[in-house]
Amino acid sequence: MSNPLADMEKPEVIFAIGTNMTECHPVAATRLKRALRSGAKMIVADPRRIPLAEAADLYLPLRVGTDVALLLGMAHVIDREGLVNREFMEARTEEAEAFLEHVRQFTPEWAQSICGVPAADIERAALMYARAERGAIYYTLGITEHICGVDNVQSLCNLALMTGHIGREGTGINPMRGQNNIQGAGDCGALPNNFPGFQPVTDPAHAKRFSEAYGREIEAVKGITKVQALDRAAHGELWAMLICGENTLVSDPDRDHCDKALRALDHLVVIDLFRTETAELADVVLPATAWGETDGVFTNTERRVQRVRAAVPPMGQAKPEWWIVAQIAKRMGSPGFDWQSPQEVFDELCSLSGIYKGLDWEKAGTAAYHWPVPEPGHPGTPRLHEHDFPTASGRGKFVRVGFRDPAEVVSERFPVWLTTGRRLQHYHTRTMTGRAGMHYFVPEEVLEVHPDDVAAWGLQDGQWCRVSGSKGAVEMKVQANDRSPRGTVFCSFSFGDVPVNVLTGAGYDPITETAELKVCPVRVEAVAR
Amino acid sequence: MTTHTTASTPEARELVLTMDGQEVSFSVGETLYQVSQRLRTEVPTLCYDDRLDPFGGCRLCVVEVEGQRNPVASCTTQALPGMVVHTRSERVERHRKTLLELVVSENPEARIDPLRGHASQELHHLRERYGVTGERMQGRKSGHSRPDDDNPFIARDYDQCISCYRCVRVCAEREGDYAISVKGRGFATQITVEFDGHLRDSACTFCGQCVQTCPTGALADRKALRAEARPEPIVATRSICPYCGVGCSVDLLSKGDRLVGIRPAMDGPANLGALCVKGQFAFDWVQSEDRLTTPLVRGKDGQLHPATWDEALDRAAAGFAKARDEHGQHGTYAIASGRAPHESAYAIQKFIRVSYGSNYIDNCSRA
Repeated sequence: MSNPLADMEKPEVIFAIGTNMTECHPVAATRLKRALRSGAKMIVADPRRIPLAEAADLYLPLRVGTDVALLLGMAHVIDREGLVNREFMEARTEEAEAFLEHVRQFTPEWAQSICGVPAADIERAALMYARAERGAIYYTLGITEHICGVDNVQSLCNLALMTGHIGREGTGINPMRGQNNIQGAGDCGALPNNFPGFQPVTDPAHAKRFSEAYGREIEAVKGITKVQALDRAAHGELWAMLICGENTLVSDPDRDHCDKALRALDHLVVIDLFRTETAELADVVLPATAWGETDGVFTNTERRVQRVRAAVPPMGQAKPEWWIVAQIAKRMGSPGFDWQSPQEVFDELCSLSGIYKGLDWEKAGTAAYHWPVPEPGHPGTPRLHEHDFPTASGRGKFVRVGFRDPAEVVSERFPVWLTTGRRLQHYHTRTMTGRAGMHYFVPEEVLEVHPDDVAAWGLQDGQWCRVSGSKGAVEMKVQANDRSPRGTVFCSFSFGDVPVNVLTGAGYDPITETAELKVCPVRVEAVAR
Repeated sequence: MTTHTTASTPEARELVLTMDGQEVSFSVGETLYQVSQRLRTEVPTLCYDDRLDPFGGCRLCVVEVEGQRNPVASCTTQALPGMVVHTRSERVERHRKTLLELVVSENPEARIDPLRGHASQELHHLRERYGVTGERMQGRKSGHSRPDDDNPFIARDYDQCISCYRCVRVCAEREGDYAISVKGRGFATQITVEFDGHLRDSACTFCGQCVQTCPTGALADRKALRAEARPEPIVATRSICPYCGVGCSVDLLSKGDRLVGIRPAMDGPANLGALCVKGQFAFDWVQSEDRLTTPLVRGKDGQLHPATWDEALDRAAAGFAKARDEHGQHGTYAIASGRAPHESAYAIQKFIRVSYGSNYIDNCSRA
């Protein structure tokens, strides 16, 4: 997030798009609700009538995968109505004129023809956001899990740059990170393109520094993403893999492909808490200590660095992951794995990361620091981009994006849009919530279908249906509800016995290689069971 | 002339009052209760939660303000310059004790286990402080428990309810869910949800905020109470919730080696005391019976078998070394977790970069 969570209580206009916040980030949603209580207005764009939409002043029910069209239409209106923040644009941005020229072709009527939102509502949304003194954008995976995820994010950035809703209290571009430490995994350099602290591996200066620090030459060449790695494994071009704390087989798209890839490996080592579906394929499974048994550090969605602490002893012989990995490395003769404590590991990370340079184990314990903390004594950075942007020129760059269809679109054979996500009481593949009594609320997977579609497609509420796509089919029960619009159905990916990932994964964003998990054309038919 | 004008403007007047003989400055909008808290005067409250709008319902926080005939509720009275306030005069203490006797007379004498919730001891502590038994006032009682609502998370022992409305207000003001409501008035007062039904059938999301703000334990954490009989003391350990990326601060409650419950940290910077159903109640997986407790190694029979750490680590390292020797630096890949702490992800990326000199590393953020 560009802005801290505390800023969620301060916008005048909230624009929430592709975020089912009350279910996926419930506590952050309470802060938005407080903003609404004190007079803020909210625009919600989402294909489904999610709970946040019920609280919105303006709800934009766009068709799945058409965010770029909606956002181009809004940009067009902001320009047309003379609401561009000229002062901000001239002082802080680049390529603005070319961008404004670009958006003049994308009228709200054009946007309506693609995204299905009435042009008048697109205009209202644009006016509300642009006229606000403080407008803030919040988004989640509904924006990023598309083949055009980068374009979607870029389109949101364009809106913020046009209006100057960035770098100030109660504004910003605020992605809500989905997992407790997914931000931290990136911060720590578990990325093929970046060393710790988002320092590009292709920059020879960084490669040299890390090679020296690690006592081994590291190539200044980007690695491959997980998606490519699984592809290579499936083609017999990758032989060994270490998977830590991820049930890849259930959470990743295209399950059959994933299964084939992992089985093709000569050597698979899984570090986990449970014998997951993925662990079942491993040569070696190593038991890790769990949350509640482990001392360490998490970074949350607002870049706040915080300590987690052990409250109970490990189960059985479980060990912390840093220890397990160090033992393997040492056995391979790799130097630099003599840590005695998590503190030593974290402090080493801080010494090598520009954004953590001013942090250490003790400071993480105060939970008071948002990175970047570039040097000791620095107070941290709750709000990004107050004075400049992290580009060569220091200016925010407008990017001219265009609309593209999803990887697969509805057809006669697969006439229904399936979109996937989470529900409040479950989390991912239920390795945690499935062992914590949450079945009281949601005991099994269901396909949410609009009541009129239930009737039109010959389905019955509570009865079984088969959902087929170009890659496969799964069966689950139907739940009639009007959260889903007609022609669009929803389910989660939380239940291993309903492997929705046999359907998803037709396309990937070309830059991030994030899978298009939010759009999948399917056919829904009743089945007797 | 100039001097006169300046002196008469309200901004120039000092915001100072006198409380228990002490001069104290305050800021515009502060209540007498907030001022008293800064002075660490122990003004008792029951309906007060500093995250909620002042309510003025329990009247325990009454104080005397000179020049006013009756004591005033300090939680709803704005501080004004020149006020002379007494927070512990004999008169207000007598007043408080009588109020407390009325409150307590409605509640059965019972031990309230601290596992019930964050604020569950408030009434109990005031009973002890004022030596109140509840025997002096006898009469009708309000609030009836709902044993029929057998959800495994929130007990609704309204026999212990004192109608302070904290649960109603936290649900509305902090959560924005408006699931909890009040039926009836006076002795007929009953805290309830829509159609007088069960929580599961209402707008309740089971975030547990009502449980944590309840000052009597009438609303209680049923999961934590499973450990009521364990003899060990309750230990609280500050940590961060393991679910989404909001990073809510929590206190893990343990008894001996057992994790028994979760409390939201009221001073958590991301959550300000809030949690959701997962963070509040979905922790049992940590000590689940089916946790992996030993390393496993695949045998010649194709099955996974328990092994010692040495065997398993040797096997893991040998496989990675073999892949390196046979296929070079681009034959091995690692995926770090977005749920494990930094030290895990850092160690794994270093393992790849040092052992292979490549950047064949990713985390689970792409799917």
